[in-house]
Amino acid sequence: MVIKLRNFKDNVLRGLLWLSALLTIAILVTIVGYIFYKGIGLISIDFIFGDYSPTGGGGIWPMIITTIYTIVISLVIATPIGILAAVYLQEYAKQGRLVKLIRFATESLTGIPSIIYGLFGAVFFVATLKLGMSIISASLTLTIIILPVIIRTTEESLKTVPQSYREGSLALGNTKLQTLYKVILPSAMPGILAGIILSIGRIVGESAAIFLTAGTVAALPESIFSSARTLTVHSFLVTQEAGDIELAAAVGIVLIVIILVLNLLATLISKIFNKANY
Amino acid sequence: MSSTPVQKSNKRKYMLEKLSGRVFLLCALLSVLSLLLIIGFVFIKGINPFVVEGYSFIDFLFGNDWVPSEDQFGIFPMIVASIYATIGALIIGVPIGLFTAIFLAEIAPKRLAKIISPAVQLLAGIPSVLYGVFGLAVIVPFLQDTLGLAKGQSLFTVILVLAIMMLPTVVTVSETALRAVPKTYREGSLALGVSQIGTIFKVVVPAAKSGILTAVVLGMGRAIGETMAVILVAGNSLIIPTSLTDSIRPLTTNIALEMGYAAGVHQEMLFATGIVLFSFILILNFVLAKISAKGGH
Repeated sequence: MVIKLRNFKDNVLRGLLWLSALLTIAILVTIVGYIFYKGIGLISIDFIFGDYSPTGGGGIWPMIITTIYTIVISLVIATPIGILAAVYLQEYAKQGRLVKLIRFATESLTGIPSIIYGLFGAVFFVATLKLGMSIISASLTLTIIILPVIIRTTEESLKTVPQSYREGSLALGNTKLQTLYKVILPSAMPGILAGIILSIGRIVGESAAIFLTAGTVAALPESIFSSARTLTVHSFLVTQEAGDIELAAAVGIVLIVIILVLNLLATLISKIFNKANY
Repeated sequence: MSSTPVQKSNKRKYMLEKLSGRVFLLCALLSVLSLLLIIGFVFIKGINPFVVEGYSFIDFLFGNDWVPSEDQFGIFPMIVASIYATIGALIIGVPIGLFTAIFLAEIAPKRLAKIISPAVQLLAGIPSVLYGVFGLAVIVPFLQDTLGLAKGQSLFTVILVLAIMMLPTVVTVSETALRAVPKTYREGSLALGVSQIGTIFKVVVPAAKSGILTAVVLGMGRAIGETMAVILVAGNSLIIPTSLTDSIRPLTTNIALEMGYAAGVHQEMLFATGIVLFSFILILNFVLAKISAKGGH
């Protein structure tokens, strides 16, 4: 009797485990499926490469360009700084108070919601530094958002570089700096690349911080000091202002495809890395 | 005495070594500087109305009316809305996420796990706006029709959307924690005659407790800070919600909706709203630090 009851309980729990996993999959399939179903009708060459027209029927080329701008600018700034910061933490710093402080700051940055970053960008880059609502203000804000991502992933991959590599290089008479750029960084490269890909994903998906710092102008930006809107902000605004779910979903398809490609790239890199190791 | 070329090149090398170490340190300090700037600028701007202009902080926190045109700035309904929405999302999202994680880590056939894990990864990568679009286009009309509501944008919609959004965080972090539980624990329990399911729930899950709690706290952080998706499905009413079908305006949406046109004290009050939100996040981080410190023992 007791055993029967226990079997029953086990089976119920086992069923719930299966149910939850299937539910998770079902949610994903439903969301992605819905976005594709709603938006696929709008997808065309003209839609991707055409200029936006507020009266409808236009394309999303300005938003694609704006999104690329934000990716390039923030990566150009955050990648070197993030990598060097990670190098300092892993290779140079003596463990102590300072390192603890830096780690604490980096971790805290990860937890700050993007709307707070948006507030900061609005008061600091837009108003105090007088950069205005612009691509550059948004990109600088994004730089701070992705900095912890790059630092963390680089640190993780520096940790996996065997100590013997460093010792070998130093024993051959290389200086610490030479060891760094000839030996350590090249072997940490896959991890660093993975971090960059992760950051691109974060930038592409970001909306609240960009909304408050880049504004909403729906035209091809003249320069990085122009106000402009990214793909995510566009998707948001056409939903909120016009209730145009079809257009929002079509932009969504472009976004999901970008994310899928990025995920694929990340998997590919880690596979190549694993092969190279064994 | 003139130095030889070798000595000269060595000197340069030495200088370069020293200089590079300093540059690396500066880069590392930049994250500290960023954090200080963020806290500094947001706080100074947000504290200004209470310190300089004589507004009452208590009225701000516990006031029920937010009417910027009449100089009334009470955010109590938004605080309540944010807390309700976050707790609601936890109640739905955590069990599903945790059970999915247990499934993936413990009982999933390998092939199925290979499909589900990338799917969860994709779910994590989908831009949050799209969850809002989905919520508005599918969940809102669905609730409107099935519950016969006048307006489907409600606390309940927000809870559902946030629960979905926190799923990937909860799943991946708890899965990692579960996988970190040593195999010997499972073997010991199984050897004592405990069933596989019994082992999972009585041995493995308790052993991974601190990792699972971390997952919950991180999911909470994601939920309370979410903005754009929530704007689309919250309905934006400035009332203290008394039922799941009430339309709400959480803290984050208040900031995003009004920053575009706010000026003067009104704008500063939005920064003050940001401080309140920030304080919630700080408390969560503190809890998280406590949990991981405990987990370390």
